[in-house]
Amino acid sequence: MAYSDKVIDHYSNPKNVGTLDKSSKSVGTGLVGAPECGDVMRLQIEVDDATGVIKDAKFKTFGCGSAIASSSLATEWLKGKSVEEAGKIDNMDIVEELNLPPVKIHCSVLAEDAIKAAINDYRKKNGLEEVSFEDKRVH
Amino acid sequence: MLKLPIYLDNNATTPVDPRVLETMLPYFTNHFGNAASRNHPFGWEAEEAVDYAREQVAQLVGCDPKEIIFTSGATEADNLALKGVFEMYSSKGNHIITVTTEHKAVLDTCKHIEKLGGEVTYLDVEDDGLLDLSKLEAAIKPSTILIAVMYANNEIGVVQPVKEISAIAKKHGILFFTDATQAVGKIPVDVMKDGIDLMAFSAHKMYGPKGVGALYVRRKNPRVKVTAQIDGGGHERGMRSGTLNVPGIVGFGKACELCRLEMEENTKRITVLRNKLENELLQLEESYLNGNKDQRLPHVSNISFKYVEGEGLMMGFNKNIAVSSGSACTSASLEPSYVLKALGLGDDLAHSSLRFGLSRFTTEEEIDYTIQAVRETVLKLREMSPLWEMHKDGIDLTTVEWAHH
Repeated sequence: MAYSDKVIDHYSNPKNVGTLDKSSKSVGTGLVGAPECGDVMRLQIEVDDATGVIKDAKFKTFGCGSAIASSSLATEWLKGKSVEEAGKIDNMDIVEELNLPPVKIHCSVLAEDAIKAAINDYRKKNGLEEVSFEDKRVH
Repeated sequence: MLKLPIYLDNNATTPVDPRVLETMLPYFTNHFGNAASRNHPFGWEAEEAVDYAREQVAQLVGCDPKEIIFTSGATEADNLALKGVFEMYSSKGNHIITVTTEHKAVLDTCKHIEKLGGEVTYLDVEDDGLLDLSKLEAAIKPSTILIAVMYANNEIGVVQPVKEISAIAKKHGILFFTDATQAVGKIPVDVMKDGIDLMAFSAHKMYGPKGVGALYVRRKNPRVKVTAQIDGGGHERGMRSGTLNVPGIVGFGKACELCRLEMEENTKRITVLRNKLENELLQLEESYLNGNKDQRLPHVSNISFKYVEGEGLMMGFNKNIAVSSGSACTSASLEPSYVLKALGLGDDLAHSSLRFGLSRFTTEEEIDYTIQAVRETVLKLREMSPLWEMHKDGIDLTTVEWAHH
């Protein structure tokens, strides 16, 4: 199976690899997946407390090229968005942007799950109610 | 000069040796006859060529040429051996013993036999991939007609104790079948010394063409018979009908001859390269060799690089290096290799494995390039891996509650 150019580009030059301070109140962390499933994604957002805008986003991913590309792309999209807007990122947008084949759709779902988990972690830390998102898990 | 891409997936298939190809070519054009045409020179030439190839094949594995049944490959030979014995010996019993790490051509055929009323025992292997002989003997019942254990495993290269297995089979009056696809041509295989009753093997794993293989069927002590699974003109002593693939068989014969003559020298050279690759890569922390280190094919190495995922790892260099992974991120099931799981590896380690398969054409420059590329990619991906970071922070990953999806 050949990868799309965009997947290869994100894999070769991943954007925003790294770690934010998990204990900071303005950082939300989402850790999704499991080692035995072959993918684990950790996605973090740092929110500007005054404006509610995501000023930084970082990821680390254990997984295939499509999983790495999905999380790299997600961090790019997150930066500059409000937390509310971020919650609207749909896995199918990632599929479309990266041209993922059907067997790799779960990578995009995982990225969406990671975004939502990060948002909820941030909300919880700041005394806000967790948002319940529609369950998209495919397996 | 290093030529890219480098091919290190020789357990999947090998290139045809140019000397093999050269021997085959006239049988596509000038000598195109049907080996079953008994009444003209075209047929005679073809028959003569098949007879010669049959001798070349027989010589490599130490049998009589009459004991070789040509097939379309090892999968067909596996089917013929298992289904053919099951059908032929149904009055003696219906129980077959095999092993969980067999190739799918054996496992799926056994599943089919179960549907036909057969009983199959699938034995687990030990953590090093080897079969525990006491477990094998304990599984034997009065209804057991066949023991089917592969000679060498395709994923980890572990070589089973074939002589000991055949001795157990003989002691109990049971036939012994081995899928020797990965072993023949790579290590000495002798059906007499090894006590094998039936053996499947294939040309394209030993520098021959695809689409041709053989089943060895013993004719003496005991005389073994299999029920044909393909009916037709009664070719191959009635055990496998169908016009013979003359060019393929000619190539198979030549490939066997070259392996017989060059095996010792090739093995010496390949072992040095394999060990270099393996030792260098095992220098990386948290990397593990899969399967028994000593009872193993000389050209295979299967290594898990913990905290990186196999497919992601291959992507780092697969434009330039062809290997294979125990990760199955692309398959619908998302299940990693059942062979590695049978060794007791956790799914995480199975997902992190790469299989390197060297050949007689592998060069030291290629190995050096591969060491460098794999090492760099592992290090790069670990920097990107949340699991590696957690491991480095001293977190025991088995205590983490993962959000299974």
